[in-house]
Amino acid sequence: MRIFEIAAFAVRGLTANKMRSGLTTLGILIGVASVILLIAVGNGASSAVQQSIAGLGTNILTISPQRAQPGTTAKPLTTADAAALVGADSPDVKYASPVVSAQATAGYGDTTHDIGQFIGSDPRYFDTTNSAVAQGNLFSDNDVQQARKVVVIGATVAAELFPGSDPVGKSMLVNNIPFTVVGVLAAKGSSGLQDGDDLAVAPLTTTQNALTGYGSLTQIVVQARSADALPNAQAQVTTILNGRHKITGTADYRILSQDQLLTARTATTETFTVLLASVAAISLLVGGIGITNIMLVTVTERIREIGIRKAVGAPRSSILGQFLIEATLLSLFGGALGVAAGMIGSQFTIAGIQPVLVPSSVLLAFAVSALIGLFFGSYPASRAAKLRPIEALRHE
Amino acid sequence: MSPVIEVRDLRKTYGSGDTAVHALRGLDLTVEKGEYIAIMGASGSGKSTLLNILGCLDVPSGGKYLLDGIDTGEFDEEQFSLLRNRKIGFVFQSFNLVPRTTALANVELPLVYAGVRRAQRRERALAALDLVGLKDRTHHRPNELSGGQQQRVAIARALVTSPAIVLADEPTGNLDTDSSREVLGILDRLNASGRTVVLITHEDEVAAHAMRTVRVVDGRVAGVLV
Ligand SMILES: Nc1ncnc2c1ncn2[C@@H]1O[C@H](COP(=O)(O)OP(=O)(O)OP(=O)(O)O)[C@@H](O)[C@H]1O
Ligand SMILES: [Mg+2]
Repeated sequence: MRIFEIAAFAVRGLTANKMRSGLTTLGILIGVASVILLIAVGNGASSAVQQSIAGLGTNILTISPQRAQPGTTAKPLTTADAAALVGADSPDVKYASPVVSAQATAGYGDTTHDIGQFIGSDPRYFDTTNSAVAQGNLFSDNDVQQARKVVVIGATVAAELFPGSDPVGKSMLVNNIPFTVVGVLAAKGSSGLQDGDDLAVAPLTTTQNALTGYGSLTQIVVQARSADALPNAQAQVTTILNGRHKITGTADYRILSQDQLLTARTATTETFTVLLASVAAISLLVGGIGITNIMLVTVTERIREIGIRKAVGAPRSSILGQFLIEATLLSLFGGALGVAAGMIGSQFTIAGIQPVLVPSSVLLAFAVSALIGLFFGSYPASRAAKLRPIEALRHE
Repeated sequence: MSPVIEVRDLRKTYGSGDTAVHALRGLDLTVEKGEYIAIMGASGSGKSTLLNILGCLDVPSGGKYLLDGIDTGEFDEEQFSLLRNRKIGFVFQSFNLVPRTTALANVELPLVYAGVRRAQRRERALAALDLVGLKDRTHHRPNELSGGQQQRVAIARALVTSPAIVLADEPTGNLDTDSSREVLGILDRLNASGRTVVLITHEDEVAAHAMRTVRVVDGRVAGVLV
C-alpha cells in the first residue's frame, strides 16, 4: 500500500463530494479572510491616527489651562499671555497662536450642519497645523484686528452646506450670526476616530465676540523655530508663563509637546488595537468553530465509509492517512484562498479606513485555520478508524 | 487437517446491566474446508452477530474462534485487517458499497489495500465483474445500479481477492427471484471452485443450495440438518 494510492483516495474523496468540499473550503476561506481583514482595518485606523498627529509637525507645543491647586485661583490663559510668548525672552519661539474653540451650528439656505470644531485663532494657526487652502484665501491679521465676520471652512463643512457650488464669498450663519466664507481648506482625510475636515476657523476676536466670550483661551499653540529647539522653547515658555501667572508650586497650565501628544494618542490607538485584536480573536474562534463543525459533519458522514474500507481490509494507518491528506488539502486550499481574499479585500477602503495588512495576522489566521482543519479533519477519523468495522458500519 | 472455522462456546453480549442483550449464548460450530453452509433461524436469534464475528468484523464477548486452527483472540488490529483483506470475503445484506464511487473502483478497493499493482488490479477487478455478469456496468456508481446489480458488485468485491472463505449475510434478502438465482449461481460456482461458503437466509430454497443447514435458536445452535 503506497502513499500515492492513499493520496489518490483522498483526492477522489474530495472530488466525489464537490459540494461538501466546496462548503468546507468556503468555511475556511471566510474564517481566514475575515480575521486578516479585521486586523488590517484596525491597523489601518491606528496608523491613520498616528499619521495625522505626525502631520502636525514635531516642533509644536500646546499649552492648555489646568485646574489650580486647592487654595489658589487659576489665572486664565489670555491673548496677552500668547503675545508675551513671542519676544526677546524667548528666542526659540517662532509663533504663539491663541486658540478658542466652540460648539457651533452652521446654516446656509435650508441646510444646517453641526460643525465638529469651530476654532478662533490667528492666521499662523494654519501654518502650525499644516492646513493648506484649496479655494479662496485664509483670513489675515487685519481681519483679526477688525474682528471681521469671515470664516475658513473644512472640506466636510463645504460639502454639507454647499454641495456642488463654490462656497467662497457666500454668507453662512453660525449660531445665527452671518459669516462670510473666504476660503476652503484642502481635505486632510479622517484620522479614523474623527473627521479632520469637519471644522471651521474664524478670527480669534470674531469668535470671542460672537460665540465664546472673553474667558480663558482653550489653547495656545506655540511653534518652535525647529524640532531641535523644542526643549529650549518649552523652557522659555514655562519661565514666561510662570512669571506672568506668579506660579510657585504646581502650574495652572499644562504644556504638551507633539511628542507627548503622540505618546498619549498612541496609547489610545493601542487600546483601539487591543479592542480590534479581541474582535479578531473572537472571529478566529467563530471561524474555527465553523471549520470544526463542517469537518466534524464531513467525517461523521463518512464513518460508514470508514467501516466499509475496514471491512475489506484497510489498515488503520491508511484510513488515517487518507483523512489526514484530505483535511490537509482542504485546509491549505481554503486557507490560501482566504489569504488571497483577505489581501484583495484590504485593497479597498472600508468604512472610510484604508486597511493596512499585518503580515503576522496573515500567518496567524492561516496557521490557526489550517491547524483547526487538520485536527478536526483527522481526529474524528482516527477515532473512527479505531472502531471495529461493524460499529463503524452501524454508525448513523 | 483442522477445520477452517471452529467456534467453541461463543458468547456475545450487547450493552450491560439490565439492558444487556445476550445475542449469542455459548454457540458451537465447526466448518470444514470447502463446505457450503446455510444458517437459518428466527429474526433476532443471533445469525448476523455470529457471521460478523466469523468475518472478523466484530469480536466475541466470550468463547473461542479458531480460524485455520489459530485462536483469533490473540490477533492484533493489523492481523485482523490482513485476515479481512486476504482470507475472508464478506457480502452484506445492505451491500455496503462506497457511495459516489464506480463499480470498478469498489471492486478494486480490497486489491488496493492488498498492495496489488494498478494494471493487475484493473484486470482482476474486471474479471470479477465479468464473473458476476456486470462487465457493461463497470463505470456506474452505486446509485445508478439496481439492487441486484449492487449486490453482484458487492459479491465481485468479496471474491476479487480469491478469499478462502466467503461469508454472505442474507445476500438475496433484497432481491427478486431472477437476481436471487444469479447470485446463488455465483456462490455455487465459488463453492465448486473450492471456497468455503457460509450464508444466512430465511428461505428454504436458498438453503437448499447448501450442503447442510445450521439452525440458530436464541444464540445457540439448535440442530444441524444434512
Ligand atoms: N449493536 C447492537 N446493540 C445491541 N443489541 C444488538 C446489536 N446488534 C444486535 N443486537 C441484538 O442482538 C440480537 C441478535 O441480533 P442479530 O442481528 O444477530 O439477529 P439476526 O439473527 O441476524 O436477525 P435477523 O434475521 O432479523 O437479521 C437481537 O436481539 C438484536 O436486537
Ligand atoms: Mg441479521
